[in-house]
Parts: sequence; C-alpha cells; structure tokens
Amino acid sequence: MSRNRSVLGDFLRGLGGATFFLITILRALPGALLRPRLILQQLYYVGVMSLIIIVISGTFVGWILALQGFRTLTTFGATSALGVFVAATVIREMAPVVTALLFAGRAGSALAAEIGLMKATDQLSGMEMMAVDPIKRVIAPRFIAVLISLPLLTAIFAVMAIGWAGGHLIGVDLLGVDQGTYWGQIHAQIKLHDVIESIIKSACFGVVIGWISVYQGYFAAPTSEGVSRATTSTVVMSSLTVVGLDFVLTAFMFR
Amino acid sequence: MISPDSDIHVRVRGLRFSFGSRVIYDGVDLDIARGKITAILGPSGTGKTTLLRLIGGQWRPKSGTIEVDGVNVNKLSRNQLFELRKRMSLLFQSGALLTDLTVFENVAFPLREHTDLPEAMIRDLVLMNLEAVGLRGARDLYPEQISGGMSRRVAMARAIALEPALIMFDEPFTGQDPISMGVLIRLVSSLNKAQGLTSIIVSHDVKEVLSISDYAYVISGGKVLDHGTPEAIRASRSEYAQQFLHGRPDGPVPFHYKSAKSYSDDLLEPAK
Ligand SMILES: Nc1ncnc2c1ncn2[C@@H]1O[C@H](COP(=O)(O)OP(=O)(O)OP(=O)(O)O)[C@@H](O)[C@H]1O
Ligand SMILES: [Mg+2]
Repeated sequence: MSRNRSVLGDFLRGLGGATFFLITILRALPGALLRPRLILQQLYYVGVMSLIIIVISGTFVGWILALQGFRTLTTFGATSALGVFVAATVIREMAPVVTALLFAGRAGSALAAEIGLMKATDQLSGMEMMAVDPIKRVIAPRFIAVLISLPLLTAIFAVMAIGWAGGHLIGVDLLGVDQGTYWGQIHAQIKLHDVIESIIKSACFGVVIGWISVYQGYFAAPTSEGVSRATTSTVVMSSLTVVGLDFVLTAFMFR
Repeated sequence: MISPDSDIHVRVRGLRFSFGSRVIYDGVDLDIARGKITAILGPSGTGKTTLLRLIGGQWRPKSGTIEVDGVNVNKLSRNQLFELRKRMSLLFQSGALLTDLTVFENVAFPLREHTDLPEAMIRDLVLMNLEAVGLRGARDLYPEQISGGMSRRVAMARAIALEPALIMFDEPFTGQDPISMGVLIRLVSSLNKAQGLTSIIVSHDVKEVLSISDYAYVISGGKVLDHGTPEAIRASRSEYAQQFLHGRPDGPVPFHYKSAKSYSDDLLEPAK
C-alpha cells in the first residue's frame, strides 16, 4: 500500500515537474519565433527527415484499407462507398494516429537522444554559462518544429493513403471501382468537421510528443544509460499517450 | 586579504556545499583579486570544478555567500544572472564545445548570441582568437574531428571572444604538449596584463601555474589549507602545501577517495 502510494507520489511529482517545464518552454516560444533560422533547421531534421517513412506508410495504409474495405463492402453491394470508407478512416483516425506513432519513433526518439547527449557532454551547462538560455536556444526551436511538422506530415500521410498512389490505386485501378464514384462519394460525404477533427488530433499529438521528447532529453541522467533510457521512454510514453488521447478525443468529437 | 573591497572581484564567505551526504565544502573563505591571476590548487575530486560552477551560479551553496562584483550570485533572478554571466567565462574541463557547429562557429557562438556585430567583424574576431590558440587552420573542422587538447584550446578561444572581465579556467593545460602549454600560459598571462582580466586557474600543473599567478589557494577536504603569493606557497612550511607541490602520495592530503572501511577490511570481506 505504502509502496503504491510512493509510486503515485513519484508520478504526480514527475507530472508536476513536466508541467512546470512545459510552461517554461511556452514562455520561451515568442522569443524563439523571432529566430526562424533555428526553427527551419529543426524543421529539416525533425520534419523533412521523417518524410520518407510517412509517405511509404501512408501509401501502404491506403492499399490495406482499400483491400479490406472492398471485401467488407462487397458483401453489402456497396463498393461505390469505397472512397468514403478509405477517406473517413484515414482522415479521422489513421493519418493522425499512425503518423504520430511513426513520428514518435523517428523524430521524438532522436530529439530525446540529441538533447540528452548535449546535457551529458556539458553543452547545455556550457551554454548557460555563456548566458545563453538552452530552453530558448535548443529546446524551444525543436518544440516548435514538432508542432509544425506533425500536422503537415499527417496531411501528407492522408493524401498518400487516399490519393492516386494509395487507396485510389487499389480501389479504382485494380478492383475497378469507378473513378468518378470514388471521388464523388468522398466530396459528398467527407465534411469540414472531419478535417478539423484530424487537425485537432494531430495538433494535440504534436504537443504531447514534443513535450515528452524534450522533457526526457533535458532531464536524462548524464550517462549513456540515461540517454538510452530517455530514448526508450520517449517512444513508449508518446505511443501510449497518443493512443489514449486518441480515444478521449474521438469520444469527445463523436457524433 | 588586505586589498580594499573594490579590488575584490569574487568574494566567497563561509561556503558550505555537499552532494547528498558527501560534503564538498565545509566553511571556505576566498578572495579573488580584480585584475589578478589566482590559482586554485588541490587534489583531484576535491571540488575545484564545483567551486567554479558555484561562482558561476550554476549550483547553490548550502550556506554561505558568493559575491561577484559585490552582488550575491544566488540572490539574482535568472535574467540578472545571465547579465552577470556575459561578463564572465567558464572554460569547462571537457571543453563543452557544441558538437553540431564547426570550430569557427563555436568561437563565433557567443558573439552571434550577444552582439549585433557585422559578419566581417565576427570573422576577424574569431580568426584572431583562433590564431591566438594556434588553431586558425582548424576552423572548418567539427569537434569530433579534433583532439581533446585542441578542443580545450578552441574552448579557450571561445571563452575570451566576448572579452569578459572574469575568466575561470578549469584545467586548461591538461592534454597539451609542452609547446602549446607554453603558448597557453603566455596567452593567459598576456590577457591578464593587456586587458586587466581577472583569471582563476584550476590546474594540476603546479609549477607552471604558480609561475604566472599572483596568488594561490590550496584546498583539500572541503577547507582552504593554505593561501598566499606563489613565493609564500613555495616557501610554506605547511605540510599540506609541501606534499601537494612535490606530489608525495603520503601526507595530510589523502590520495584515496574516502572509504567507509580500511583497505585490508575491504579485501578480507567475503564476496557476496
Ligand atoms: N553531479 C554530481 N553528483 C554527485 N557528486 C558529484 C557530482 N559532481 C561531482 N561530484 C563529487 O564532488 C567531488 C568534487 O568534484 P569536482 O568535479 O569539483 O572535483 P575536482 O576538484 O574538479 O576534481 P578534478 O581535479 O579531478 O577535476 C567529487 O568527489 C565528486 O565525487
Ligand atoms: Mg575538475
């Protein structure tokens, strides 16, 4: 019992510390926005470097959904709804969640490792002694880059999954669904609120992944083991938080 | 400690500090005279690096005060502390170069962060500082492409780039061959003479450091064991100072990290 309580206590203390850290980052954001070059650099490392994996996964997810959707819809004689099936699943769920999970593994882990190593090699305290605030110079630009990249990558994922290389290729070109029907149904059925739901989700996931990865890196023990633990925790915690949060957000926006 | 107040750049009084239960400082008073070179000598692991970080305000003492330019560094807000740090430099033992920047950009870093100098001026300043430490030719290399001794010299060029009023060197001569060591010693000494820089040097190269210092402190076991001019330290009859100067393993300064058990007890204890 007392053990459980101390685990809970540790968790709450950790959460308190992480919240305080998030507030510190948020307060550094306006200053960081004045230095777009630092952000662009991070956008390259965080966003552009994740592009390939997102494009490939998006395409595959589109193919898979088209195949599965066709099988199910055939039994109802409703294959004309294939476009909507693929688009709705991708826009509302698959694009934000899968992109976030892949992003946490690709970019979040890299961020945590990089920041953790900078700490372990005195680079962060070196900056502090040079009167340069590492929160402003190192953490904030990376956090902003995550916030910007994730929604963009999510959009790219969705386009790949639904578009001509993804679901369209399997559904229209291979399984013979009429092209006009595929797009027509999507235009008719997918509403603005579906897109907004997608954007809200990916924005929330961006905050979560950015927050977790810079926190894990910044507070990593300054050893090789500490850095490796920070990387692992980043992926595990981000993934669990993303799926949990996805359920909460979906329930909230259910209609 | 006879100089008038204004001539004291860093004043430490009653400093106590510990890591957990391990006491590092147990009541230490130090005065660092303005415009002078002060050497801090002491065995490895005694807390010299810790002292420099305390002066830089990175860590907080358990009790006691540390004043730089008459202000208590632990009473400052983060912004005030950063303002103060623009006037002081700490040369890290490890160099602490930014690994994603070239040697040139590392030295330019404080200039870019804290000044609006035009690019041409930054270039000149960086090249001058790199030339002073003999590494102008290495400007395009990344930190992982240079040796430990070279890193420390780059860090030195970076530390002097903003022309601070106070520089703390943490073992700047470690890993230097006799030639670059001679150059660095002359550099430290000339910076001090030409710009009236206050320098604190932590080093194990006792002879070399004493040769350019105006004053020296010998610390061990959380206390100041001896202090005075280099001549006084050399002539000191204090067993501590003598042991340290001559590098004898036996004497009042313990070579061994404190252990709970004696060596023989430790060896004889059955393995678990
Ligand atoms: N982050 C830390 N956590 C716990 N203990 C520490 C930490 N940093 C240093 N210490 C302990 O504090 C003591 C003083 O360390 P410090 O680095 O100041 O020694 P030093 O005098 O600079 O030694 P050296 O000459 O070898 O560089 C050491 O015994 C070390 O065990
Ligand atoms: Mg040290």
